[in-house]
Amino acid sequence: MAVVEVRGLRKEFGDVTAVDGVDLQSEEGEFLVLLGPSGCGKTTLLRMIAGLEQPTEGEIMLGGEDVSGLPPRARRIAMVFQSYALYPHMTVANNIAFPLKAQGMDPEERTKKVEWAAGLFGIERLLQRRPRQLSGGERQRVALARALVREPTVFLLDEPLSNLDAKLRAAARDDLMEFQRRIGITTIYVTHDQVEAMGMGDRIAVMNHGKVRQLGTPEEVYHHPADVFVAQFLGSPPMNLLETPTYVFGFRPEQFLPEGIAESEGTRVPFTFHVNRIEYLGSERYLYGYIREYDETRVIAMLPATVTLPIAIDQDHKFSVAKDQLRFFDFDDGHKIAQQTLMR
Amino acid sequence: MTWGDTDIQTLQRQADRRRQWGRFGLYAGAILFAFLAAFPFSWALISMFKQSNDLYVKENNPFWFNEAPTLEHMRLLFLDTNYLTFITNTIFVGLVVTAITLLIALPAAYALARLRLRWGERLGIAIFLVYLIPPTLLFIPMTRVITSLGLQESLWSLILVYPTITIPISAWLLMGFFKGIPMDLEEQAMVDGHSRIGAIARVVLPLMFPGIIAVTVFAFTLASHEFIYALAFNKSSAVKTIATGVPTELIRGDVFFWQSLQGAVILIAIPIALIFNAFLDRFIKGFTMGAVKG
Repeated sequence: MAVVEVRGLRKEFGDVTAVDGVDLQSEEGEFLVLLGPSGCGKTTLLRMIAGLEQPTEGEIMLGGEDVSGLPPRARRIAMVFQSYALYPHMTVANNIAFPLKAQGMDPEERTKKVEWAAGLFGIERLLQRRPRQLSGGERQRVALARALVREPTVFLLDEPLSNLDAKLRAAARDDLMEFQRRIGITTIYVTHDQVEAMGMGDRIAVMNHGKVRQLGTPEEVYHHPADVFVAQFLGSPPMNLLETPTYVFGFRPEQFLPEGIAESEGTRVPFTFHVNRIEYLGSERYLYGYIREYDETRVIAMLPATVTLPIAIDQDHKFSVAKDQLRFFDFDDGHKIAQQTLMR
Repeated sequence: MTWGDTDIQTLQRQADRRRQWGRFGLYAGAILFAFLAAFPFSWALISMFKQSNDLYVKENNPFWFNEAPTLEHMRLLFLDTNYLTFITNTIFVGLVVTAITLLIALPAAYALARLRLRWGERLGIAIFLVYLIPPTLLFIPMTRVITSLGLQESLWSLILVYPTITIPISAWLLMGFFKGIPMDLEEQAMVDGHSRIGAIARVVLPLMFPGIIAVTVFAFTLASHEFIYALAFNKSSAVKTIATGVPTELIRGDVFFWQSLQGAVILIAIPIALIFNAFLDRFIKGFTMGAVKG
């Protein structure tokens, strides 16, 4: 049974359609990531699941029960906001106890639960502090402990890492994953950061303009993008796209290799790559240039540091892509289509 | 060009001297202002115990007792006038006006700050403009209103009219405070198991404390200094506030009861100054928060 299921969900704010007909199911214990650029409706979708926004249309089911129209407090969900939203006038202990107090749990049991949750995140020594005395990472742990303390059925996270600096973020991500695996709680996680999404998600729902463009494992969305948007949104640098009169095709920058370097398993498709500029990034080299055969369309190649072959700039080079690494899309609507034979 | 040791030492000495002068200037300024602030208090404190002879002889030192101090004028103030009634009236009006103001301005400010009203900002400014209409323009029509309601000669006339002054400015002020409290906190409390009202009561209102203090101080200040309405509506001694009672009953014809006047004012001013002092930071924060749009 799906823990969270939404059917035909729409949300309009005046003239703006934030969420435009989303169907989604999350499975028991799954880490589901909603990924998309800002304004794509991912946060609105999460807020509707939480009950903070009322959908214009559609249903929301939690554990098989229709909860559309119920206020947040009736949904047995926990949510962690981007800002962590710790109550500044309460100690950490009272912050964590807050949802339990709302349930009317008696003080003795409450203390026990707070200690248990604090222990889970290693924050026992912070219990008497105030939120403003905590570091970013500690705040995250308090927010997670508070979310977890009443053992919710679903855990909703809205970009919880984006307020942390880069170094802390890696550690916090590690923390979060570790604890999610241990507790095995169904989690829906909103982010615009594809690295977070790829690294953390069991499945990723890639969203744009209020719609889910693709739902799949990180491998699926990366290697078999459902449309041009997904192909270009994931991957850094994104997939190179080339146009023919009837369809669009593309390949990943790391699949675009100089002739002779690639171990030729299967057939390879050759291109003439005119390199304009090279960026040396240590672990890899980015080659910027265009392909002569396709109206000089700009493409990027990414060579791993293991390829030491010298590449001269402002010259044509023979590059190729394995045939099974080419992805084809409809010229008009951009959706994935079957393998085509390349026209020259 | 390189800096020699002596150059650096000279620069350092100059910087030190500048800092010392700066410090001296700061303290000199602070002492001057402290003196200016304390002067009227100390003058009044001395005058209120002076004998009339002492006060009216020009050659006497006005800042010290040239004849023995006396409690005569305090006796007049407390026993021969309704001074204590004025005080309790003022406190009563202040308390009720504060309560009414908070009861109306809090929800109004919340709505203006939070709910996605397209007109929220403009409504806020419109409300603030109401405050700019001076009582001197309004007291005549207001007197007719009060008379037709039969509230003249009663404190309820003031309790009815003062909120027209306090509510607009308080709503404006509190709006800034509400904007300073992130929406996330409220929503978190709702997710954590409360209704919207419950979330506001448990999370938002405790954080509004400085704003509530600012409004309370404002309402009390108004109740104790407002003169025109208080004079226009109420004539009998039993329903006067400090602002009207003291000048009307201690100036009889052309006779000024200076010592009692001084005493009446200073006994009120000292506690108010102390309370202000205690909440000064928050009060300033309250007024600036509305101003710079939290």
